[in-house]
Amino acid sequence: MLPCTPAADSLEWLARPALQALIDALTARGHRVVGPQVADGAVVYRDLADVNQLPAGWLDEQDGGHYRLRRDDAAGWFDHVVGPHSLKNFLFPPREPIQRLVREDGTWREEPAPQEQQPLAVIGVRACDLAALRVQDRVFLHGGHVDVAYQARREKLFVVAVNCRRAAATCFCHSMKCGPAATHSFDLALTEAGNRFAVEIGSERGREILSALGTAGLLTPCTADEADRVRTIPHDLERTMHARVAEPGVPRPRSLDTDGIRDLLYDNLEHPRWRVVADRCLSCANCTLVCPTCFCSSVEEVADLSGDDVTRERRWASCFTLAHSQMHSGAVHATVASRYRQWLTHKLAGWIDQFGTSGCTGCGRCITWCPVAIDLTEEVAMIRESAPP
Amino acid sequence: MNSMNSLNSTHAMSPSASAGMQGQVQGHVQCQGHSPWQLQATRIAAIREEAPGVRTYSLTFAPRGPRPSFRFAAGQFNMVSLPGIGEAAISITSDPESLSGIAHTVHAVGSVTRALARLEVGDELLLRGPYGVPWPLADLRDRDLVLVAGGLGLASLLSAIAFCMTHRGDYGRITVLSGAKTPVYLLATNHHHRWRDHGIDVHCIVTDPDPRWRGPVGLVSMLLDSLTIDPDATSLLCCGPEPMMIAVAEQANARGIAREQIFVSIERLMGCASGLCGLCQLGPFFVCRDGPVFSYDRIARWLAVPHL
Repeated sequence: MLPCTPAADSLEWLARPALQALIDALTARGHRVVGPQVADGAVVYRDLADVNQLPAGWLDEQDGGHYRLRRDDAAGWFDHVVGPHSLKNFLFPPREPIQRLVREDGTWREEPAPQEQQPLAVIGVRACDLAALRVQDRVFLHGGHVDVAYQARREKLFVVAVNCRRAAATCFCHSMKCGPAATHSFDLALTEAGNRFAVEIGSERGREILSALGTAGLLTPCTADEADRVRTIPHDLERTMHARVAEPGVPRPRSLDTDGIRDLLYDNLEHPRWRVVADRCLSCANCTLVCPTCFCSSVEEVADLSGDDVTRERRWASCFTLAHSQMHSGAVHATVASRYRQWLTHKLAGWIDQFGTSGCTGCGRCITWCPVAIDLTEEVAMIRESAPP
Repeated sequence: MNSMNSLNSTHAMSPSASAGMQGQVQGHVQCQGHSPWQLQATRIAAIREEAPGVRTYSLTFAPRGPRPSFRFAAGQFNMVSLPGIGEAAISITSDPESLSGIAHTVHAVGSVTRALARLEVGDELLLRGPYGVPWPLADLRDRDLVLVAGGLGLASLLSAIAFCMTHRGDYGRITVLSGAKTPVYLLATNHHHRWRDHGIDVHCIVTDPDPRWRGPVGLVSMLLDSLTIDPDATSLLCCGPEPMMIAVAEQANARGIAREQIFVSIERLMGCASGLCGLCQLGPFFVCRDGPVFSYDRIARWLAVPHL
């Protein structure tokens, strides 16, 4: 093959082992490269140096409160779907110093808080998480105030998306119109086919780095027919997801009817179903931690013994805690029912008012990682079913 | 001393500060590139004991360096910031047009406010702000005003009263109704004569009178009941505990004041005060950014739901 400059609308073939060259090229350009790996019984994002670290041949079984990995020799490198981590873990880290204050002679002086400077590249991002990235962009970049630290990380982020070929029972991106096809917010997108990836360019930076792989002779052009076939893969999956029906003995496939959902929830803030779900909800906050869009945070004061050197650390907060709404007069969200209601109505209704988008991308993590298998699609369906007209 | 990163640099302004004039601060303004956490330093110039546990702190800016152009509108709040302890949202109680600094009236009930109570005159106090949507006083010109306060809620209305005294001719009848549990918690009683000198009626009521109390006993809504109003010409501003505000607003509405002309100031736990941290949500709103002042027609639906 001659060296090529890939066109933005064409697909290029990259042999699976040559993905190593992409990792190396990103690393050589100064990126910290992160990708999915099997650890602690789940597929999580870890620093990625070698393609052999990827979860090749692993599939995940997901259901309410259930996540198991199993080997499948027929599975590709990316046929698992989403694990507990998302881009949120990196762009909006669970803990982050935002301010350092030092007192001398009774006067406080602000020292710059340390900031992560290294650009990040994430390999294996799914369509639901691309949608979540767009949602978090609205929150942190276009919500009124610009979150400067988020902005710095976001501008340097390099995203290698993967088109899903398979959906877990908990996946409902098709209902949220967020997937499974990766259509935006990536630099490169991979579709696995046989022993190779079809690579799509999503940005100038993506084109530049793919050109480097082309120069190294690692790319083969897709023919028009091959490209058409590759592009149908996620769309075929989407059709399959729409057609899924519950069958005995297998996890129920999820979907969510979003028609009029904002008003449905706002009109049912005192629906008895909130108390029913509260009887099961442990208020453990897992759903908010694994959610790729939940953005609540609080600031902790971290002081030395003298109290003269204070770092303010922003940490993820959760509306499932009493502290989230604590005032002198008591917690506003005093009951579990009110806390679950806060989460669900914010996610599926309040977000639309605040940011012009739903806060849910249909990734299903909140269903999988709920210890008692509470399922937001089921809760909304129950409210819809029994809502007064 | 190292004056780099001095806390009172002039750019330490909040997004809404530049709007300045009363009523012109509508919603929030985009603020590119500034950290929402940027603090500015003030010096405690005076402390006045208002009631048990309640003190008014008069603050001056810029003991060193250039004076920052801190401007606020009545009804806005600051995040008072005590490193190592935390931050608390406190309404600004002083005259928004005063050039001699600002004041906060604070009840020492939480960790931040109790730590604040240990500070003395001359100490440094950090804050950031101002934040939030103010009382819409510019939109209320030529109208009769009824200002209804429950307990410490009066703190949020004091700056509005100060503004109204300066611009007295712009408004019709002005009445302040102040209610508290006990007479000692009726704030700012030392200002009543000045308010009256400016043609502002003041009526007080308590629920737990002491032997020296000669005024009416009951809820502040009783004062509203006995007040003669022209509902079409009247706007009502209310700050106090949420059940009290709901009761007053409903009563005012029943007396014929339109919900659009009833304004309440909502309290919620505030974190960033910039609509980023998610703590102060109420229905579709971030109270820090979309409030704390809301017209009752916008907020009534959400206030009516318990624990929302």
